[in-house]
Amino acid sequence: MAEEELRIGVFVCDCGLNIAATVDTDEVRSYAESLPDVVVAVRNKYTCADPGQEEIKKYIHEHRLNRVVVASCSPRLHEPTFRQCVTEAGLNPYLMEMANIREHCSWVHGDNEELATQKAKDAVKMAVARARFLFPGHEARIPVTDAALVIGGGVAGIQAALDLADSGHQVYLVEKEATIGGIMAQLDKTFPTMDCSI
Amino acid sequence: MMTLSEVEEVSGYIGNFKVRVRRKARFVDVKECNACDKCAEVCPVVVPDEFQHGFSSRKAAYIPHPQAVPSAYVIDMVQCLGNNPIACAKCVEACEKKCIDLNMQDEIVELDVGTIIVATGMGVYDPTPLDEYGYTRFPNVVTSMEFERLICGSGPTNGHLVRPSDQQTPKRIGFIQCVGSRTENRGNPYCSNVCCMNTVKDSLLIKEHYPNTEIYVFYMDIRAFGKGFEDLFRRSKEEGVHYIRGLPGEITEDPATGNLILKVENTTAARVEEYELDMVVLSLGLEPAEDLSKLAGILNLSLSSDGFVMESHPKLKPVDAPTPGIYFAGCVEAPKDVKDSVTQAGAAAARSSIILNAGTITSEAIKAVVELDKCTSCGVCVKVCPYKAINVDVKAKTGAQIVAAACAGCGTCAAECKFDAITMQHFTDEQILAQIDAALEQEPEEKTLAFLCNWCSYGGGDLAGTSRFKYPPNNRFIRTMCSGRVDEKFILHAFEKGAPIVLLSGCHIGDCHYIDANHWTKRRAEKLWARLEKLGIRPERLQLEWISSAEGARFARIMRELEEMRQKVTPEEIEHTKKALAEYRLSKKKSKEEEETPEPQPEPA
Repeated sequence: MAEEELRIGVFVCDCGLNIAATVDTDEVRSYAESLPDVVVAVRNKYTCADPGQEEIKKYIHEHRLNRVVVASCSPRLHEPTFRQCVTEAGLNPYLMEMANIREHCSWVHGDNEELATQKAKDAVKMAVARARFLFPGHEARIPVTDAALVIGGGVAGIQAALDLADSGHQVYLVEKEATIGGIMAQLDKTFPTMDCSI
Repeated sequence: MMTLSEVEEVSGYIGNFKVRVRRKARFVDVKECNACDKCAEVCPVVVPDEFQHGFSSRKAAYIPHPQAVPSAYVIDMVQCLGNNPIACAKCVEACEKKCIDLNMQDEIVELDVGTIIVATGMGVYDPTPLDEYGYTRFPNVVTSMEFERLICGSGPTNGHLVRPSDQQTPKRIGFIQCVGSRTENRGNPYCSNVCCMNTVKDSLLIKEHYPNTEIYVFYMDIRAFGKGFEDLFRRSKEEGVHYIRGLPGEITEDPATGNLILKVENTTAARVEEYELDMVVLSLGLEPAEDLSKLAGILNLSLSSDGFVMESHPKLKPVDAPTPGIYFAGCVEAPKDVKDSVTQAGAAAARSSIILNAGTITSEAIKAVVELDKCTSCGVCVKVCPYKAINVDVKAKTGAQIVAAACAGCGTCAAECKFDAITMQHFTDEQILAQIDAALEQEPEEKTLAFLCNWCSYGGGDLAGTSRFKYPPNNRFIRTMCSGRVDEKFILHAFEKGAPIVLLSGCHIGDCHYIDANHWTKRRAEKLWARLEKLGIRPERLQLEWISSAEGARFARIMRELEEMRQKVTPEEIEHTKKALAEYRLSKKKSKEEEETPEPQPEPA
């Protein structure tokens, strides 16, 4: 991998107006293009939507990209989306990096467009710098124990335990009191149908 | 099904949790017991019955209620006279099935499970501190939970509604809404969701049994927002229930009759009114269960500002905990009614089934890897690994071995290794140093550099964003999976590059998503403060903050405070720091070449 020439594509998302109302995404895009090893930088209205994802795949093929940086929302929200997207284009998912220019930028700096844009540019610069050192990751498959623990035997716990058991799974229902039923068992009738609680 | 049982410890991860459950001794063999009641008949101990809210009594040998599941008696050993069987043991003699064993011991059960559903419910607000309503001072002021027992067919009065002072059927009943809810002072600030409809239902129940009863409901808003709710509310009004907008300021009692005099500002009629009532029901709000924070500690859950559990995403992942493989159902997540609890339980079961049906899950390729040629087998990594995923033979010096399946990817070992022999995949030194360089290449003096852990602090930043909590933009963020990953060299590098302020931020102590890796973060920060001081650098320029994913407002506040600190850092100070750290780095490099063995590492606190 170290021998391979780096070819980074940067995708800057407007997120409608969520980002673009505060951050000058076109400026961020052209700035991204000036960064080392960036081959192409693209601005999308909604990068996570199908057309946005198709564009990423198209550029990966056309520009033989081997690293992708998506400047959009939090990786806690859409990292799985874009990892899947680059995987479908034949890239290892760990070669995709995100820059959070929405939750950590446009949404909290709406009162300072200039500095918000500056922060977004730095976020992209940092993501590109990091992307240059990314290497492919290989996920291990781990077996799952086919059993569930339900803590609490009130109406919610009982229902969850029954649903899981009816789906064929082993369920352990743990209740701290001497009987299941919870607080609902202490009620007389329940709204809106006025039937008994037990 | 395990009753009288509590989860004591949970380890492992999605797909492979190990759970330790304490099954408390019931002193009755559940399988043999046929609920004949003979043990209770002979039991000499009489105590208030909790299920009936103390309106009736039970014995120390008892069954919680006739429809209990399992249908078996239990011995209340706190009240029982006979844990020394010579003292009493009447129940043991009376039991024909011989299923009572007063020497029964608690049992520890170990379970292996793939997923966990938390459905521990809620607590109910205690209105005793609200002096103006006189609960506990006036017998005829009861709570909504007590009212449920008084009107229930299986309750202490067999469903005959009577008031506590004289066991007479009340003719004028008042309900007070929002007791402990929607208040900033005494109680909770949120709406408890169910109390309005519960009162509407109660009013109809009374009208059904005693049509001539006068019912007054004192409220600030009636929230009848669910399907069929408005219909029920309308029916209640049609039945003649009086809804009066205004919460009473005071209740007094007529000592001769036990009747209650209630003063209220009727805000619809714009006048102060007085009502004489036979009984008043306080419609209690719901609150987090008392022992929820203990369970949150065991399961590594965060609590939101209202004290209920925090979801992975409030809208898109409302039944998922931030920790993969754990789901929520019912009031543990927020106050909700039976229908919503059942709906959420179904969702939690379905989410859980996805994992259980899959048979296998993939684990992220974020694992520590040892470069054996650099490893000296010093054993530091073994000590700091929260998962005991590293083995090393210190004597044989064959190098550290990492058990990939057990490694959760916190990166503490990579941060603590003095020889840079451990690479943390996807969060390598090169990657993070490159981010620091990029962030501080231009105008570093304008920027606070913050290291945020993925699960808590970065999430707190995300919540600040979704909540639109504004803070100054003079900061740059670097995400690591755990604050334990943040190597001291990253922090020193940032200062050497001209960062005025560096923030190191992780989950609160006790809430770390990697068991206790953040203890090492804390220890490292303490070491760094001492070092910075020695080098003539103000230690306050390195800030350590624990921010949970539920603390969006706090994240923004900390960012504002850091910006104030940043503005006080002078250019001279930054220049001095750069120089001092460059010299320190060179001297350290030199001494490292001379010195071979590292200092021994103490255990974390």
